This record gives sequence, C-alpha cells and structure tokens, in this order.
Amino acid sequence: MGLLLFVYPFVVKDAFWQNVAVLALVSASAAAAWNLLGGITGQVSFGHSIFYGTGAYTTGYLLVRYGLSPWVGMAAGCLVAVALGIVIGFPVFRLRSHYFSIATIAMQQVIFIIVVNNKALGAATGIELPLREASLANLQFSTRDLLPYHLIALALLGVSSLAIWLFMQGKAGAYVKAIRDDEDVARAMGVPVRRYKLYALALSAAITSLAGSYYGMYSLFIDPNVVLSLNLSIAIVLVGVLGGAGSLWGPLVGAWVLQVIQEETRVRLSGAGNALDLVIYGLLVMLIAVVEPAGLIGIGRRLARRLPVRRRAVQR
Amino acid sequence: MSLLELDGVTRRFGGLVAVNDVDLVLEEGDVVGLIGPNGAGKTTLFALIAGSLPPSSGSIAFRGAQVGGWSADRAARAGIGRTFQIMRIFKSMTVLENVMVGSYLRETRPARARDLAEQVLETVGLGELAGQAAANLTVASKKRLELARALATQPRLLLLDEVMSGLTPVETSEAVELVRKLNQSGLAVLLVEHVMEVVMPLSQRVVVLDHGVKIAEGTPAEVSRDSAVIEAYLGDQHAAAGG
Ligand SMILES: Nc1ncnc2c1ncn2[C@@H]1O[C@H](COP(=O)(O)OP(=O)(O)O)[C@@H](O)[C@H]1O
Ligand SMILES: [Mg+2]
Repeated sequence: MGLLLFVYPFVVKDAFWQNVAVLALVSASAAAAWNLLGGITGQVSFGHSIFYGTGAYTTGYLLVRYGLSPWVGMAAGCLVAVALGIVIGFPVFRLRSHYFSIATIAMQQVIFIIVVNNKALGAATGIELPLREASLANLQFSTRDLLPYHLIALALLGVSSLAIWLFMQGKAGAYVKAIRDDEDVARAMGVPVRRYKLYALALSAAITSLAGSYYGMYSLFIDPNVVLSLNLSIAIVLVGVLGGAGSLWGPLVGAWVLQVIQEETRVRLSGAGNALDLVIYGLLVMLIAVVEPAGLIGIGRRLARRLPVRRRAVQR
Repeated sequence: MSLLELDGVTRRFGGLVAVNDVDLVLEEGDVVGLIGPNGAGKTTLFALIAGSLPPSSGSIAFRGAQVGGWSADRAARAGIGRTFQIMRIFKSMTVLENVMVGSYLRETRPARARDLAEQVLETVGLGELAGQAAANLTVASKKRLELARALATQPRLLLLDEVMSGLTPVETSEAVELVRKLNQSGLAVLLVEHVMEVVMPLSQRVVVLDHGVKIAEGTPAEVSRDSAVIEAYLGDQHAAAGG
C-alpha cells in the first residue's frame, strides 16, 4: 500500500486525481491524529479543526508577517496546537468524555469568532499567502505536476503514522486503551488518567496542526470558513470512523473516499460550501456502520478472508 | 505502625449511610475477612480504601499516610490493589494486555512489564490463556484475571471483592488455595465474601458489617457464635430462601 502511494504521482498525471490524492493524504494525517484520541483513547473530539486551523494560521502568519520559512511555521504551529490542546484538555478531562466532546465544539466556536474578528489574522477573509520561488525550502512547487506536493504529503502521513505507532507500543499505548475500555478500572490499576489523555491529545493536536500547516501551504490561502470550520471537524471525525476507528490504514481509505465525494459534488453539483458532500459522506458512514462496525478496513479484512489465496498479498 | 488503619470512617450517599463509623486495623501479612449481607457496605468500604470514593468523614491511614480522599491511581501507586465485584475486564484487550496495564505501574519497559504479567498469569493459573481475547473468558477465568491484574500492580494490600462468588466448589477451593499462597508470600489481604464459609478457613480475623455498621469482629470461631451476626445472616438467608 505504501509503495502504491509512492508510485501513484509518477504514473497518474491527471490534475483532478493528483489533487484528490494530495488532499486525501493530508486529511488522512488529520484523521489518523483524530483516531488516536477519538478512536483509541475514546475521547471523541468534534473540534479538531481548532488544531488544523492553528497549524495553517501559525504558518501563514509567520510567513506573511515575518517572512519565516514554512518549516519553522510548521514547528511553531505544533507548539501552539499542543499548548492549546492542554489549555482545553486540562480542565475538561477532569470530567467524563462526553463533556470533552461538548467542550471541543464550544472551543471551536470561540476560536473561530476570535480569529474572524482579528485584523492581524485577516479577519473573515483569511490570509493569502505570497507566491514564492518553487523550492523545498519555500514549500512551494509548480502546480502543473503535483508530484512534489504528493511526496511531501506522503512523508507527512508516514511520519505521523510512525509517531502514533511508536506512542502505542509501550506503556502509553496500553494506558490509553485501558482508559477507553474502562476509565475507573484503569485508575485503580494506577493509571493517571488525565495525564495520559493529555499525552494523547498533545500528539493528536501536533499532527493535526502539521496537516493544517501543509494544507495552508498547498492551497496558498487560509480561509477561516474552511480551516476553522465545524464542517472540517466533522469531516475529520467521519474520515476516522469510516475508515475504521483504531486501524492505521483506515483513515487513508476514509480520506480518499471523502475527497472523491467532495471534489465530485463540487465539480458536478457546484456544491461548494453547502455541505452536501458531508451529507452524502455521512449517509455512507451510517450505511457502513450498519454493515461492518469496523469500517471500510473491516470490510476489506472480511473480503481478504473470503479469498484465501490472495490473503497474504492483501494483508500487506 | 499498622499497614491499614481506619478510624471512624463514614460514607453517605444522600440520606443513606452506606458505611457508618467503621474502625478497622490490618497488620502486614494479615488476612482479614469482611462479611455481611447484601448492601451492608462492603464494596463501598473497599472503594473508600482504594481511593475510588472519598469518605464523608473519618480517617484512613495506609502505612502511616492519610489516603482517604486520594485518587485511585495514587492509592494504587502507594500499594493498594483491588478487584471489582462486577468483573470489569478491559474488553478490547487480550488476557495478557489486561494484566500488562497493571504491571506497567512499576515496570515501565515493555519487555519487563510483559515478563511480570506472564509470571502473574502463571501464578493465577491463566498462563495458557495469555493470548486469548479477554472478553471470551468464562466467569471463573475473568475472576482470576481480575486478581491477576491487581497482583501485577505489586500491591502490599490486596482488596478482593467477592472473587469467589459464582464459582463452582472446585474452583472456589482452588481460589482459596491461591489466596493462601499469596498471603504466604507476605501479601496482606482484605477479603470480602458474601458467603461466610469461604472466609472462615482463610481469615485470621473476621469483621462483620450490617447496614454500614461494624457489628462484630474476632476470630472466625468467635464471630460465627456471635448472636448479632447470626441474626443478621440468618435473617438474610431466611429471606433469600423464602424469596
Ligand atoms: N454510588 C452509590 N450511590 C448511591 N448509593 C450507593 C452507591 N454505592 C452503593 N450505594 C448503596 O450503599 C449501600 C451499600 O452498598 P455496597 O457497598 O455495594 O454493599 P455490599 O457490597 O456490602 O453489598 C447499598 O444500599 C447501596 O445501594
Ligand atoms: Mg458488594
């Protein structure tokens, strides 16, 4: 699967499908990050665009205002997102998880309102990023062939997945799964529950922020109605759930499907901004949840079991 | 300094006094039985000691530290391990993973935590089932898993909440042997059982709760002769037989 994603932009040169792939990779990173907190730790956030927006805005602002490299912006965005995550999580994680869900929605609105009323952040219009010379240092490339954008997005997803995988290997992984299964019992086993929820939130926020930074650089325009929207937060949740909460490849599959739906509704039904894509996607999520609660990945696994000869190849 | 010392511990739920002015002392290496009819306040008392609930009043000292009102994870770190009466296993995990959540408390390295968990599973007789999905275990095995998980935190005091109820006579006597073995290795045990017969052969001392109040304390022989105990228990058993 990893190899396939690598080869893809060398083979596929169609602008539509190249764009879909880049966007899918970016949203897969965000969904994988959400999944760490929502799927694995059991703390369902409906406000992940907070962190996505934080990445995009930090990078954009530092670039436009101080001319700082987007790479510096990405790192700074991570720090701001982690700080924001801790500020939100610290008080709220004292309470049960559904309060966390509600708080994330509320924070999302608060931050949206603060940003669209802030002139330095471009208020309601957002920030337009300057076109620079195409180079890795500037994180800008020719848009005629999205190959470099694709490869960097893929690297981003790789690094994110690796970070999450490493987090899950030892004590932290065991603890966050225990928290999802039964918080009280986890506590009785000596798990400092709030601290480990915050660890998961911090890593999740950092990765989501990276995805947001990169999206900002890719689109060269930071629109609060996109990067700080409730729609985006919901899209991140749906991608995580459709793919299969708890699995590593799930978010990628979910992201791909959502991107195709999004682009198709935009092109064919000129449905930009009316959330029709999310409606269609939501229905799909419901349908799949009924058929296979483990998501598309679960369906894939079931098919793989039916086809014993190809089983090993499919599992790779 | 005693291992555990409860002084005038009370816990109210609204108007209900679930635990009423209870005194209790446990020394290192003790096995104390805590019995009483359903609703007597045994589980609540456990929750108070293990930090799952704060007491309304009274003091709970564990190895000299005032632990009443501590969080449960802090109590676990201090050395208080507990099982849950209604088996609350981590259902998405394997048997081994369940126990590793406990062993990570004092062994941060995964390999060491795994070794300890495997060792504990051997001790409780679940070694063979380490790789199984915990959700698929039988009731008896789930109770052993509850015990293994608590043991993996390497406690100094183990609170066992009806780990033997619902077991067959053979399973019960195996469990009794297991608790005896753990105690011989130096672990202090506070043992809640609804059934008196299980507690008697194991405990040096027995404490009897009824409606939150400690109505008797003494050796198993003394307690089983105590008229208040007989009344509380016989009343309960007659009611059970009649209902
Ligand atoms: N969280 C709670 N809220 C309200 N009442 C409770 C709570 N926990 C226990 N109780 C009540 O306290 C009393 C003692 O319960 P419990 O400690 O479970 O008894 P036992 O374990 O001896 O059967 C019961 O009347 C029970 O209904
Ligand atoms: Mg009870």
